[in-house]
Amino acid sequence: MTVITTPKAAPRKPVAKDDSMVKQKEMMAAHYDRLTSVPQTGEKVCATFVPGNLNELIKCFDLLNNLPEVNAIQSGLRKQSGAYVLEAEKIGHSEDVCTYVKSDIGMMAKGNIGPNGKRLPDPDVLLLSYTGCFTFMKWFELLREQYKCETIMLHTPYMGDGKITKNMIEYMVKQLKEEVIPTLERISGVKFDIDRLREHLKKSAVAEDDLVAVLQSAKSKPSPIDAYFGGIYYIGPIFGAFRGTDDAIDYYRFLRAEVDERLAAGQGPVTPDGDMGKEKYRLVVEGPPNYTHFRQFWKMFYDEGAVVVASSYTKVGGVYDFGFRHDPDKPLETLAEYCLGVYTNRSLPMRIDMLANYIDEYAADGLLINSIKSCNSFSAGQLLIMREVEKRTGKPAAFIESDLVDPRYFSAANIKNRLESYFQMIEQKRAGARAAA
Amino acid sequence: MATSLNGSKAAGVVARAQALFDDLSFATARAWKAAEPGRKVVGYLPIYVPREIIHAAGMLPLGIVGGGDQLEVIHGDAYYQSYICRIPRSTVELGVSGRLDFVDGMLFPSICDVIRNLSGMWKMMFPNVYVRYFDVPQNYKDDIGGNYYVNELSELTEALGELRGKPISDDELRHSISVFNENRRLVRELYAFRAERPWQMPAAEVYLVLRAGLVLPVEEHSKMIRDYLAAAEQDERPRRDNCRVVLTGVFCEQPPLNLIKSLELSGCYVVDDDLLLVTRWLTADVAIEGSPLQNLALAFLHHSEATAAKYEPNLSEKGQHLVRAVRRTGAEGVIFACPSFCDPALLERPMLQHVLKDAGIPYIAFKYAENSGQMQPIREQAGTFADSIKLWSGA
Repeated sequence: MTVITTPKAAPRKPVAKDDSMVKQKEMMAAHYDRLTSVPQTGEKVCATFVPGNLNELIKCFDLLNNLPEVNAIQSGLRKQSGAYVLEAEKIGHSEDVCTYVKSDIGMMAKGNIGPNGKRLPDPDVLLLSYTGCFTFMKWFELLREQYKCETIMLHTPYMGDGKITKNMIEYMVKQLKEEVIPTLERISGVKFDIDRLREHLKKSAVAEDDLVAVLQSAKSKPSPIDAYFGGIYYIGPIFGAFRGTDDAIDYYRFLRAEVDERLAAGQGPVTPDGDMGKEKYRLVVEGPPNYTHFRQFWKMFYDEGAVVVASSYTKVGGVYDFGFRHDPDKPLETLAEYCLGVYTNRSLPMRIDMLANYIDEYAADGLLINSIKSCNSFSAGQLLIMREVEKRTGKPAAFIESDLVDPRYFSAANIKNRLESYFQMIEQKRAGARAAA
Repeated sequence: MATSLNGSKAAGVVARAQALFDDLSFATARAWKAAEPGRKVVGYLPIYVPREIIHAAGMLPLGIVGGGDQLEVIHGDAYYQSYICRIPRSTVELGVSGRLDFVDGMLFPSICDVIRNLSGMWKMMFPNVYVRYFDVPQNYKDDIGGNYYVNELSELTEALGELRGKPISDDELRHSISVFNENRRLVRELYAFRAERPWQMPAAEVYLVLRAGLVLPVEEHSKMIRDYLAAAEQDERPRRDNCRVVLTGVFCEQPPLNLIKSLELSGCYVVDDDLLLVTRWLTADVAIEGSPLQNLALAFLHHSEATAAKYEPNLSEKGQHLVRAVRRTGAEGVIFACPSFCDPALLERPMLQHVLKDAGIPYIAFKYAENSGQMQPIREQAGTFADSIKLWSGA
């Protein structure tokens, strides 16, 4: 008799996390617990978007912030978004449109279960901070149709000419004063207190300073952080529910100290497989990541010694590295300025300038674009961005394609193949430069 | 007015409109520009720009709605991923192939992220052309969105004044408003006629006549509509046993002409649509007296078409424009034809479908691209829809 024995699988290697990542995850989990406890606590919920989110203002009305994109990301990371997207398509949503939207709608259709396994609450108000993305507008109309709750539109004009005009600021401040604030007062039952807003804005600026220091630490060689894959953890609290809070100040202070230590020790980033080995390639990345295969995607980089030193995605919830800070001295104007300045609200020439400058400032080897099927706000024009940045910097650029939370659009072999070719291209470029020297 | 060989008085007008449609070199607009030194042409994309301001500057507003199914896109595809709609790539093709080399300015209206980003691309690719992203308010209160919009209009007016080398006066604006008011009245008349007697005005003809307004000076276009209306009144055409439908979703990337023809051939009279909305975006006359920019702004805020690119602040009003269009025109169903990868149209579609379902209005949906060549599946779908309405509708 032949006995077939199946060898026991090797125990799964624990995922390495630095302390800040553990802390970040605890914060996010606590926020989800708070959200799903709403039936017990009676807190009111404001759904809003990451780019142009007005967390400081929302907090003035004791509202809890719930972000549909972050829910979609969580579904992606937990491998649930694929089923949600299919569910949304089954009920009539086109295969062509944004998968964040479809993941969100599919999640609702299947009970709206959050990452902690509990039902997410229906929002009391939808605050449509319509910034840098047309899909947001339709998304909120779709949510309004489901929840039948009040919706506030805050229209942020696009920086088509690369500047913020007086007209734009006045328009936004007027919307805040006459539409957003009175409606939030009515829904929350809390009177607006501008001094309370100033306090939150002050706290935002403190955390923003530390975030910028952390992201700019990547200018060092080796970079102590990965400003894309790691950066996504770093932006979580400030782009989400924590900007303007003491928790955010604590987190970013802690994170900065941790990064400073790594910097002093000449260490590279921490990856899920532990400390990254020798830094071989320094990249600037444009575009959001794929979330359904996030670790696999990251591994393709760190296995090759590639570290991302700057990324545009970590500016989608606010661009702070050119000096903007929330300013308590002009509380409403600063909110307007913040919304206007987020990355996807910047014109294409502005984005090109940013990316080309990052390549120089961060001494990167080149630009990699991860073009996302779902996101026309990012993706439309990226091929021109690639050529222009390449032309200006003389550094090679590469283009890969995937999707945010639709697993059908992540082709690992294809992406790996392109990345390997890209790293070879960088090597050749270096060899050419050495030969010419 | 000429009568064609087939006896149709409208045929002459339609032939002229067809020639304008077919001409991808924009010869008429080029000839207009060449006719007098100093003339300028300002292009615009869907969905709406205040053409009155361009006209008031003595310039020709030129509607650019992609390259259609006759333009071979060679360079344009190098600028876009496969999952982006076709209109920006064929528009880029028109640009890089030199077909728009006579255009002095380009306006990219606020319609979607793709057209928005194309404004920045155009700035990079054609640095000598005046390029503006034309933002419109999503807030419809006079003192909020209205004030913002008046200032935007004022910036545009100033910029076009600089482009021609002389500021645009209020009187020039008033004159242009009145010329466009007349044009819009004629377009409304055209649509009302077709809704009443669609067999007398095939959808493809109405489309061609409307489309001519994108390349002709407005005065000439108004004459063309008048001629067509008069001819359509005189022509006797056979009335088919078609059902009546509203066509929606076609407000940006244009369907191939054959698609429009196919719908009627398969048994659907198109009695209303959202094609080329710029020609009737403002649904009532713009006031002439007072501040012209203020008047244009008020018309935009309170008398403009509902479409996917606009935020609808009132949930109960969402999609009602479509129900009203069905009731007004006596339509029996709605056809959703959306360009592939069109975010506004496709995201809007489920909401509109829910509204129609609640109102008991039947609908079908399909996608197209401006260069779709195979019409058989669309004919079959539309034909089945027409049959189902005829056989099983509540009437």
